[in-house]
Amino acid sequence: MKYGMEIAVAALIVVFAAVFLYQDAAIRASGEEAWGGADGNAADLIEASGYEPWVDPFWEPPSGEIESLLFALQAAIGAVVIGYIFGYWRGSRKTA
Amino acid sequence: MTRRYGGLQVDIMHIMEGFLPSPWWQVWFLVSLPFLVIGLYQVNRLVQEKREALPLLAVAGAFVFVLSSLKLPSFNGSCSHPTGTGLGAVLFGPCIAGVLGLIVLVFQAVFLAHGGLTTLGANVFSMGIAGPAVAYAIYKAGTRVGANTYATVFVAAALADLFTYVVTSIQLALAFPGTAGFFGAFSAFAAIFAVTQIPLAIIEGAVIALVFKYIVQVKPEILTRLNLLSESTVRKLREASA
Repeated sequence: MKYGMEIAVAALIVVFAAVFLYQDAAIRASGEEAWGGADGNAADLIEASGYEPWVDPFWEPPSGEIESLLFALQAAIGAVVIGYIFGYWRGSRKTA
Repeated sequence: MTRRYGGLQVDIMHIMEGFLPSPWWQVWFLVSLPFLVIGLYQVNRLVQEKREALPLLAVAGAFVFVLSSLKLPSFNGSCSHPTGTGLGAVLFGPCIAGVLGLIVLVFQAVFLAHGGLTTLGANVFSMGIAGPAVAYAIYKAGTRVGANTYATVFVAAALADLFTYVVTSIQLALAFPGTAGFFGAFSAFAAIFAVTQIPLAIIEGAVIALVFKYIVQVKPEILTRLNLLSESTVRKLREASA
């Protein structure tokens, strides 16, 4: 099958999204807050033992929007490089 | 880890700035250092002897950039992100993957307060070296026994992602054994990370296997040049998807 793998990956992502929507509905119905960082609990576990981080980040994104901007920028840089190189390979294969 | 800085929620999948006490943060720098030195040496050799593989190195690095910026919701009401280092590990081995991981982790530590500079050594070790070492070993074993190439890449990348968080749990448990002791602390941390990470590991494995398929389609000669696939395997894979 030519696109067997593409179909399998797409199906996997659809299942992933469906489970997310189902769980989100369940969590909302129970009135809890969710979808924070996985490791909030890990940090809580550490801080519960009375540990204080001995150094803070010297700079933090001043708001959630700016943090999103920088994350998007990170993804964009990667995507441009991947697209450029795959495009270059594909193009040189066709004209060769 | 989620902490609030003046109302801003910062969530971090790597060990956060200041969250490893002395001597652990120094220990992990020392552990990572030799791998990074070998990695830089290998990159240098690649530049001199196999220049045509450099775009592939850039793709592997870019892949870590993209995947580690995507925070995905997982099955238990929390978010985490994939690592993306599995591709670089399969293609170039764990030392070069360590160098790629270092670049991304520095970017995130400096610009995003995600991870940290003091915990960089520990995070490079878990995400850049330990996880990729697993991926590399699985890929080598898989090709030796002649397993399906894409299935091997899938398993290698997914387990690299998972193992990264196993190592993170070990690192935290060593530094914070608490009253439960190392194993008690390890299972507590592992329970937090692993549940979130399993679905993401599966997605990451699938996406990386797909990218591997595209590399086989558009640039198979690099894979044979790097001794990753034999020419007969490449021919077989290309015929299967033609």
